Amino acid sequence: MNGVVIIGAGLSGLSAAIALAENNVQSYLVSLQPSERAQSVLAEGGINAALDTMGENDSIENHFEDTMRGGAYLADPNAVDALTRSAPETVSRLIKLGAALNVKGSQPVLRNFGGQKKKRTAFAKSSTGKIIMTALIDETRKYEASGLIKRLPHHELIRLLTKDGSCTGARIRDTYTGELTDLHAQVIICSGGLNGFFPEMTTGTTQNTGSCAAMLFSMGVRFSNLEMIQYHPTTIGISGKRCLVTEAARGEGGRLWIMTKEDKPWYFMEEKYLELGNLMPRDVVSREMFFVRRRDDTTGDVYLNMTEIPEQVWKSRLSDLREEIIKYTGDDPKNTPIAVHEGIHYFMGGIDVDDRHRTSLKGLYAAGECCSQYHGANRLGGNSMLGAVFGGRRAAETALTTDLCEITQTPFTGEDEFAAEPSEQLIRQERDILLSALGIVRNEADINRAIAALDELGSALNSPERARVMLGRAMLISARERRESRGAHYREDYPGTDESLRKKSVAYVSGNEVHTELRDIPERRTANEDQA
Amino acid sequence: MKIRLDILRKKRGGEPYLQSVLFEYSDPKTTVAAALTEINADPECKDIEGKPIGKIKWECSCLQKKCGACAMVIGGRPSLACDSVLSSLGERVRIEPLRKFPVIEDLTVDRSAVFDRLRDMQVWLDGQAQNDETTTASAYEASRCLQCGCCLEVCPNFCVDDTFVGMAAAVPASRLIAQTDRKQSKELYDLYRKRVYEGCGKSLACRNICPAGIDIDGLLVSSNAAAVWKRKRKRG
Repeated sequence: MNGVVIIGAGLSGLSAAIALAENNVQSYLVSLQPSERAQSVLAEGGINAALDTMGENDSIENHFEDTMRGGAYLADPNAVDALTRSAPETVSRLIKLGAALNVKGSQPVLRNFGGQKKKRTAFAKSSTGKIIMTALIDETRKYEASGLIKRLPHHELIRLLTKDGSCTGARIRDTYTGELTDLHAQVIICSGGLNGFFPEMTTGTTQNTGSCAAMLFSMGVRFSNLEMIQYHPTTIGISGKRCLVTEAARGEGGRLWIMTKEDKPWYFMEEKYLELGNLMPRDVVSREMFFVRRRDDTTGDVYLNMTEIPEQVWKSRLSDLREEIIKYTGDDPKNTPIAVHEGIHYFMGGIDVDDRHRTSLKGLYAAGECCSQYHGANRLGGNSMLGAVFGGRRAAETALTTDLCEITQTPFTGEDEFAAEPSEQLIRQERDILLSALGIVRNEADINRAIAALDELGSALNSPERARVMLGRAMLISARERRESRGAHYREDYPGTDESLRKKSVAYVSGNEVHTELRDIPERRTANEDQA
Repeated sequence: MKIRLDILRKKRGGEPYLQSVLFEYSDPKTTVAAALTEINADPECKDIEGKPIGKIKWECSCLQKKCGACAMVIGGRPSLACDSVLSSLGERVRIEPLRKFPVIEDLTVDRSAVFDRLRDMQVWLDGQAQNDETTTASAYEASRCLQCGCCLEVCPNFCVDDTFVGMAAAVPASRLIAQTDRKQSKELYDLYRKRVYEGCGKSLACRNICPAGIDIDGLLVSSNAAAVWKRKRKRG
C-alpha cells in the first residue's frame, strides 16, 4: 500500500490524512502530542464560507475579495480562489462528520468577523477548533482501525531525508524512548506556526516549538513572507502565555474603547472606521490600539466592552468565552469591560508553497499555519481553520497525483546533529532580540540592532540552535528589506504602501548564508486557464 | 510568595524518588505549569538540599486547560497543571504523575490506553451525522472532552486493561450516540452497553473532577437512554 508521512496532527495534518485514506493511501501521522493536544483545539471564533445562510447575498467572490484585501494583496490569488470556492463544501463536509456547529434547522448559523462585510463565519460557540478537531479525530480513528492511518504521537521530526534534491523521507524520534527511525516516503509538513520563537508571548501552544521549521529552513527549504506576524488585538496575559479573547466578542457586539484624560471612554475604532468599526482587519485594529495608547490625551489600557451583548447571545454563542474571562481576570465581561492588549497570534509567513502546496523541495508539501499561503500580509479571522482544513486536503490531493511508494522504515542508530536540544536560554535570548524589532511598529535601526545582536549569540551553538538563529535572521532581514508598510508589517520609517513592492518576500539558505529576495505574485487565472 | 513543591520523579528505568524545590513567585496567578516551566528554564536551579534538579519531564501544550496534556496529581487531586494556581495550594504541595498509567519519566505518563479504548469502542461515524438543533447541545458537550485522564484516575471501576472503558471513552461515544441511531451505529451502541453501562459502578467520583466541567451525568443519562433503555423498552 502506498503511503505518505505527515508531520503534525492538527487540523491540516488530520485533513491530509483523511483525504489520503479516502483514496486508499496510507499515512503515518507524526506528532509530539496526540491530535487532542494540537494547537488547532485552541481556535475559537469560527470558519469562513460564503454559505449565505443569513440572507445577506454573500458570495464566493465577496469572500475572495475580502481575503485578498485583508491580506493587502500579497496572497496568491489562485490559491485564494480555490480556497474560497471550496469553502462551502469544506464546511458542509465538517457538518456531515458531525462537527457540532451552531445550527438553525440543519443550516449553520453565521456570525460577523473582522474585515468582512457579510456574516460568513460558521462557529461552535467560541470553541470551534476543538469541536471540529473532535469530528476529524473520530473520522481519523475509523481509518486508524483499518490500518490506513497510523498515528505516531510522542514522536518528533529530527530531519528530512533527501536525495538528489528531493525529499525521500523523514527521520523521527520517539520522545518516550529516544529511538530514531527513518521513514521513507513523500512528506507533508503540517507543523504549525512559529510560536516557539516567542515563548510565553503568543496565544499558541508550547508544542509549537519552531524547531521543525528551523531545521527545514537550514536544510534549504524556501520560506516566504516571514516578516508578516499577526498581533491579535484582544488578548489577555495569563500565567505563561497570552490568552485569546476571540474576535467573535466584537462580531457579536463587543466595542473597544480607551479612557481619555477627561475621563470619558473613547470608542476610537467606531469613530475612525465608520463602516466596519471594531471589526476592521486585525492588523488595523492592533495598530490603532498601539497608537491610541501612546497619545497624550488618553490614559491606561484599551478595554473591550461586552456589556451590551444580549443575554441570549452570551448563552448560546459565547458562554465558554465568558467562563474563560471570569476565570483568568476575575471579572464578568457581561458586567465589566476587560483590559485587552495586542498579542502574537498567527504567522502568515512560513514554508513557501505554490497553490497546490508544493514546497521548493520535490516530494515535500506543506499545509496549515506552517506554510505561507492564503493570508498574504494579514489573515482574516475565520480563514485559518479554513486554510488548514482545505490546505491539508489540497496537499494530499497533490501528492496523490505523483508516484507514491509504500512507506518503509529503518531504525537509525548513528549520530544526528539535529538530535541535540536547543537550550532554553538560547531560545529566550533569541525571543527577546526578535521582539525588540518585530513589534507592531518597526524601523530599520531596531532591525539592524537585532540582526547584530543575533550575530553575537555565539559560535558554540549546536545544529538546532544554529538553525533557529538562521530562521530568526531571515525574519529580521525580510522585515528590513520590505521598506514599506503593508498588512501586519508597519514601518514607521516607511509608513506608506509601495505598490512596486507588492511581491512576496522569499528567504532561503544557501552556502550557510541567509538570502532574501522579492518575487512576483502570480496573476489570477481565468476559469478556462484553471481548467487547462 | 514561596511554595515547596514535593515532586515525585523517576528516570527511565530507575526507581521513583521525591525531590523538593522551594519556588518563589510574585504573581498570585502563577500556576504549577508556570512553575515547572520556570524551573526547567533555569539550568542553575537546585533542590532544597542544594542538589541540581535537571530537566523535569512533563507534558504540556495549551496552558489554558483546553488540551489536557498537563494532567497530573497535585495535592492528591488529579488536575491540570495549567489550572492549578500556586497561591491556592498553601505552602507545600505534592506533585505526582497520574497513577493509572505507566510512567515514562517524572510526570510524563503513557496515556495510550485512553486512545486505544476509543478505538476499541469504535468511536467513529459510519455514514452521515444527524447534525441539527436537536442534537447539537449534546454533541457539543461531548466534543469538549480533553482526553486528559483525570476522570479515569478517580474512577474506582477503571483500570487500563479492564473491559470498562471509563468516561474518557464514554463521553466521546456520547457525541456519536447523539448524532446517529441504533441502526446506523449498531456496534457502537452495543459496545457502549457492554463497556460503559455494564461496567460503571455509579460511584459518581468523576462528577466534579473534569477540568473542562463537562456535564458527564447529563451525557450518560442521554446515552444510557438511547443505547440501553430504549432497546430494553422495545424488547419489553
